[in-house]
Amino acid sequence: MSAPLTIALSKGRIFKETLPLLAAAGIVPIDDPDTSRKLILDTQQADVKLVIIRATDVPTYVQYGAADMGVAGKDVLLEHGGEGLYEPLDLNIARCRLMVAGHPGQPPRLSRPRVATKYANTTRRWFADQGRQVEVIKLYGSMELAPLVGLADYIVDVVDTGNTLKANGLAPLEHIADISSRLVINKAAMKMKHARIKAIMARMAAAVSV
Amino acid sequence: MTPEDRWLLPEGIEEILPPAAARLERLRRDLLDLYQSWGYELVIPPLIEFLDSLLTGTGNDLELQTFKLTDQLSGRMMGVRADMTPQAARIDAHLLKRDGPARLCYMGPVLRTRADGFGGSRSPYQAGVELYGHHGHESDLEVLALMLETLAVAGIADVHLDLGHVAVFRELVRLAGLDASREVLLFDALQRKALPEIRRHLVAWGLAEPAAAALLALADLDGGPEVLDIAESILAPAGTAIGGALTTLRRLVEALQQRWPALPIHIDLAELRGYHYHTGALFAAYVPGQGQAVAQGGRYDEIGQVFGRSRPATGFSTDLARLLLLGTVAQPAATGIYAPPLGDSVLEERVAGLRRQGEQVIRALPGARVAPVSLGCDRVLEWRQGAWCVVPVAPA
Repeated sequence: MSAPLTIALSKGRIFKETLPLLAAAGIVPIDDPDTSRKLILDTQQADVKLVIIRATDVPTYVQYGAADMGVAGKDVLLEHGGEGLYEPLDLNIARCRLMVAGHPGQPPRLSRPRVATKYANTTRRWFADQGRQVEVIKLYGSMELAPLVGLADYIVDVVDTGNTLKANGLAPLEHIADISSRLVINKAAMKMKHARIKAIMARMAAAVSV
Repeated sequence: MTPEDRWLLPEGIEEILPPAAARLERLRRDLLDLYQSWGYELVIPPLIEFLDSLLTGTGNDLELQTFKLTDQLSGRMMGVRADMTPQAARIDAHLLKRDGPARLCYMGPVLRTRADGFGGSRSPYQAGVELYGHHGHESDLEVLALMLETLAVAGIADVHLDLGHVAVFRELVRLAGLDASREVLLFDALQRKALPEIRRHLVAWGLAEPAAAALLALADLDGGPEVLDIAESILAPAGTAIGGALTTLRRLVEALQQRWPALPIHIDLAELRGYHYHTGALFAAYVPGQGQAVAQGGRYDEIGQVFGRSRPATGFSTDLARLLLLGTVAQPAATGIYAPPLGDSVLEERVAGLRRQGEQVIRALPGARVAPVSLGCDRVLEWRQGAWCVVPVAPA
């Protein structure tokens, strides 16, 4: 048996949409993460394991080589900075948009608006690029609440259908980036296991729907 | 700071305690002997010097990594070295002024403002060699071989070698006529092998073929040595500098395969570590289970220029503390002799004699009750039949 190959995935949408792509590369999990309590899932290939972690942790696991490869949203990668990672393949899944949202037609109350987000680095960079200084408020969830209770003037978050924004009287204002999930690979793993990794990459790339 | 956490060290600042310190010293001496046997002369650069000379040549790459302070005597900014390579380059270019090749090695602690890697140290113990004054692939090969020897001395097995060459990207950028800001964007995307972004940039800039196709192909030009053949067919028509770079890599691969037939070699033409100061071949050693290189180096021909003299240069460096962790440098065995407290001249002469022979002799102190074994002693000095005899420790 060759050295094991570990692939990091996050539960939910990314996991479900990645499964067919992994299957195209011959990687099929034996356990179901929704029913199994195992954190490391076996696959039908004895030397390939899946680890199921939080989406924002995927780049960290892969960067430090705790996993050889992983699937991470571009939103998470932008925030992480992508240092120490290769991101060669756009899997074209879990698509959404990273947006600035707020009350439509309502100017900010302060000359230095407050922006609530879990993407603090990306937000700071975006507004700096626009030549605007803002205060970033780091939150971990329910961004839409922040403008309603006066905690922030804007939010920066991923928007899929926009229904949650609309239901709360908010509207998307600026488009920061189109988001989809990327295959990420640890640099050292790419150099030491390139034959296997490139074979998996090629088969996944062929299965990606454009 | 409360009285309870006065013992805390800053994050990433490490000290090395027994028995690891003894192992590190063992490794340090072995490596100094190795470098000496290859003709590399030891230099001991200062811990701190003016920022200008520390950062010269390496540009932004070390700027963030260097701790800075003001010199109260001159009012100038000083930096604590984050890397000894620029110091060695300064010494070669400005102080030694030799015409022929100069071979230098160095070992010592450096400080970094941020840890490089996972749970990383901000105080690595850097060791490295630099070879100045020769242009060809032969000097790259010598440094590469010494890097592999260094890992072997540290007892690190299963080394994977990664080879690259910065001239390929640099030449393609020149041929494509990219300005500095676009070069930065492309460099950044290439470091992440972010093919979707590279494709988007190339389309947005409307780059002409064949430069666009070559730049796009570059991100994917990694794999076994066969990559060099593929690169040849895709890239070589683009320019002579690229052909030269590929030839250099090919020669390195041939020589390495001859000497280390089992060494796995990975070629990555998009690897651009230290792009701002490297000028030629790049190499790095990886070991399974480690997400980052354990030793790295490459050619940097122009650094000496700012110190008054441009000299071809190639070298590598590594962190001894890390080698110690990954390798199998044995801990020196417990072979001490436990001797009675200060006594008459016969005893003193016997103790001094044993020490001259290279034995470790530890003196008992009156009133201290210690088991000899706990001090690393497997023998004791005892008075038997009219003489001081070395006898094994009595089993407990």
